[in-house]
Amino acid sequence: MANESLEAKMVAYNAKIEKSLVKNPERNNLAHNRLYTPLDTEELDYESDLGFPGEYPYTRGVQPTMYRSRFWTMRQYAGFSSAEESNKRYKYLLAQGQTGLSCAFDLPTQIGYDSDNAISDGEVGKVGVAIDSLADMEILFDGIDLGKVSTSMTINAPATVLLAMYIAVAEKQGVATENLKGTIQNDILKEYSARGTYIFPPKPSMRLITNIFEYCSKNVPQWNTISISGYHIREAGATAVQEIAFTIADGIAYVEAAIKAGLNVDDFAKRLSFFWDVHNNVLEEVCKLRASRRVWAKIMKERFGAQSPNSMMLRVHMQTAGSTLTAQQPENNIVRVALQTAAAVLGGTQSLHTNSKDEALALPTEDAVRVALRTQQIVAYESGLADVVDPLAGSYYIEALTNQIEQECWDYIEKIDDLGGAVAAIEKGYIQREIQESAYKWQMEVESKQRIIVGVNQFQIEEKPSEGLLRVDESVGEMQKAKLVQLRATRDNATLTAKLTALEEAARDEHKNLMPFILDAVNAYGTIGEICGVLRKVFGEYEAHISL
Amino acid sequence: MSATKGMVLTMEKRIRVLVAKPGLDGHDRGAKVIARALRDAGFEVIYTGLRQTPELITETALQEDVNVIGLSILSGSHNTIFPKVLALMKEKNMSDEVLLIGGGVIPDDDIPGLKAAGVAEIFGPGTPTASIVDFITANAK
Amino acid sequence: MDIVQELLQGSKLALSRAITAIENEYDGAFTIMQELYPHTGRAHVIGITGPPGAGKSTLTDKLAKQCRRQGKTVGIVAVDPTSPFSGGAFLGDRIRMNELTMDPEVFIRSMGTRGSLGGLSLKTSEVVKIMDAAGKDIIFIETVGVGQSEVDIIKVADTTVVVLVPGLGDDIQAIKAGILEIGDIFVINKADRDGVERLNNELKMMLDLNQSAVDWHPPVKRTIASEGIGIAELMSKIEEHIGYLHSSNELAIRRTQRARNELLALLKEQISRHVLATIMVSGEFDSLVTSIEQRLQDPYTIAFRLLSNYLR
Repeated sequence: MANESLEAKMVAYNAKIEKSLVKNPERNNLAHNRLYTPLDTEELDYESDLGFPGEYPYTRGVQPTMYRSRFWTMRQYAGFSSAEESNKRYKYLLAQGQTGLSCAFDLPTQIGYDSDNAISDGEVGKVGVAIDSLADMEILFDGIDLGKVSTSMTINAPATVLLAMYIAVAEKQGVATENLKGTIQNDILKEYSARGTYIFPPKPSMRLITNIFEYCSKNVPQWNTISISGYHIREAGATAVQEIAFTIADGIAYVEAAIKAGLNVDDFAKRLSFFWDVHNNVLEEVCKLRASRRVWAKIMKERFGAQSPNSMMLRVHMQTAGSTLTAQQPENNIVRVALQTAAAVLGGTQSLHTNSKDEALALPTEDAVRVALRTQQIVAYESGLADVVDPLAGSYYIEALTNQIEQECWDYIEKIDDLGGAVAAIEKGYIQREIQESAYKWQMEVESKQRIIVGVNQFQIEEKPSEGLLRVDESVGEMQKAKLVQLRATRDNATLTAKLTALEEAARDEHKNLMPFILDAVNAYGTIGEICGVLRKVFGEYEAHISL
Repeated sequence: MSATKGMVLTMEKRIRVLVAKPGLDGHDRGAKVIARALRDAGFEVIYTGLRQTPELITETALQEDVNVIGLSILSGSHNTIFPKVLALMKEKNMSDEVLLIGGGVIPDDDIPGLKAAGVAEIFGPGTPTASIVDFITANAK
Repeated sequence: MDIVQELLQGSKLALSRAITAIENEYDGAFTIMQELYPHTGRAHVIGITGPPGAGKSTLTDKLAKQCRRQGKTVGIVAVDPTSPFSGGAFLGDRIRMNELTMDPEVFIRSMGTRGSLGGLSLKTSEVVKIMDAAGKDIIFIETVGVGQSEVDIIKVADTTVVVLVPGLGDDIQAIKAGILEIGDIFVINKADRDGVERLNNELKMMLDLNQSAVDWHPPVKRTIASEGIGIAELMSKIEEHIGYLHSSNELAIRRTQRARNELLALLKEQISRHVLATIMVSGEFDSLVTSIEQRLQDPYTIAFRLLSNYLR
């Protein structure tokens, strides 16, 4: 009743301002309405749509007190060159107040190749730390108490190997696996669709992933066994809706695989975590987070019959969007990252990495990464944004947009279900095509100036060449090769051979959990290339068929 | 020769471009966007996917008789990859006829060295695709 | 470089340049074809056609590898559509053929349809001849899979393989008319998908209805190309067809038809090229087009007048 009169008033209001619109026409690239009113949230039901923080459907957050008791984990992704160098950087970041570790590995490590493989030439230590064996891992965490710190490792295809190495280092430090806290990314599906560091085909990859779920649920109960990632999908060009939809579809595939492997949903689901991008449009990002929590909660409860509340909570790490940062006028990136940090905090992230100003140019220097960390600390301590739980709730726009994103997300999930699920959708190239379309659309908007990027297609200056960037010494490759020679000469090769043979045999039996076998090989100082070589032999390699 | 829209009445030469992702880097957003932009500009674009070795790249370029090889490298391996590709191009007698260009994350400091070795141009982050099209149109043989 | 000499001696660069010369119609392209022609006629040409998404590239890759295992040398022509708006093309078939690229006895060339209005261009048959002259035992042509190309392939191939997939949304009814008549061998790829039996039965039924007087009854084979399943059997069938073509008179009949089509096509192409070039050089063309659009004149009168002028 009241809203009918409001509706009429809106019509009248819009008519009244027609004239000023003619005099002051609006920009033509605006995606949303000018104004949101109670008319946009008429259907909203507080209890079923929002709920309280820490309660189903978790729209308002997964913990009741959120940042009032504990800030999000400030977790800067880091790693480059040798284990020695990265160890230094980790200690620096911890000393500067970061509250969790996040490891970046180089491409040969991520793809299961040793530093002395011909294919690794030029790549060793460049985008992350080079880890060839347990020996490197011991150096990486030298002087860092794994019982006291939580560590996130961005490793996917060979996640079993790196997790085994981490466990082995912890054992040597005297830390029980029950006390280990951390995350491995372990999300192969987005490698196929967006990130490209796959090794094995889908079926054996899913087996390795479910092996980790099972192993950790028994032995490393505080470990987040997967970080189902949307960051890379977004960075590859997807829209905000596509980011969460495609990722949640991947999540559905993982849950289904685990259930098929005989696991009970409430045994592993509480240790699933997610990884979102945080992009420029501040309010859209907030709504994206809220919508994603609601969607996942409903899926876990209604589709998979989860009983435990922990199984329904979407816990998330976020990273500010690398692709939004520019090579032009890099100081501007500090501002972009600050806005993105605000969005992540208003949206309720559990953990955050902030990019440094030189992101488009190189890996960060100490100075640059310090500013990025300070950005989080300033938002936490000085801005007030962390002082109230889900403060934007109730805004007509926020609730309307959250609903809209949720609805569009369901549409995509349905479409992917029709195609046979995420794995099938990827094999058919559907996900990749959608991402590419969005990426191309974005680029054309930028080139036609429909989308302005400050410093790039507007407000440009004469750029001076960049100075003081981090460079990874090319000698790292040689150093790693020398270490490998030394390793192979000094380890017990007979034992290792036996362990690798046992691994191969176990790999051929699809009912065996490979974690114990990989742990044995790792403890015998098998290299990542040797261990993955065995698995490549048994599982074969993924062949990408989809181009444009 | 004029062409009534939609109907090409005589055979024109097409510029053929190989867009390649060398090494282990899996970030192909840029390569794919550029491949499409080049196609929309009237070029024939050959894209061979990820994990291309210098040998694969130059052999493909030879068989396809491309006018341009474009490498997209974001992983910092450019100082290894470009020289290898240049050496193979020389071996296969392609250096005079084929333009080698690149893009991705390549520090300003490294660009003069690459150009001196024979890379025609490096296009940094934020380069409009139109600039790349113009460069190829002006410089491809 | 003397392209023809070097090509005949095995130079890949010469082979590549010869193809470009023909595609772009450089001066001397015709001479190249004239000099190479006596060296052609040895290769067996296999056309791989079918709707988009059927897995033609992957199948071609696997068949080529099978040929290599048998010691045969291979050429592959992969055709993709040229955009009618930009004139450009995205040639992405090689993504599935990376291993073959490094095999010295395999030569792969990607082509756009370039102005032949969706069909297989004359150029494709010329490229096939060049690869033939270069000594390739088997040459695969992988077509676009849309437009006229699916049916045109029979003009160039000795053995035409039609690749279908279950559940792509088409029944046999929707499959383009003509495709059933041109297939020498039918393949149901991605045969692990739902709908295989139904597609198989529909196909067999339609083929039975379509039977011509000829002795070869097109078989229906099943493959899962991405896993290499069914490839050896398919290649056997292809060899059987090659055998049949030789032992019956079919090969001679087809090649005569092909020679006929080719000569006609060449003549048409040359005539129209020549005539149009002369007409358009005069500069009148665009203004005549305008006057037609404005209905000041009709196209029939104009066409006749232009041609009469030319013939005078």
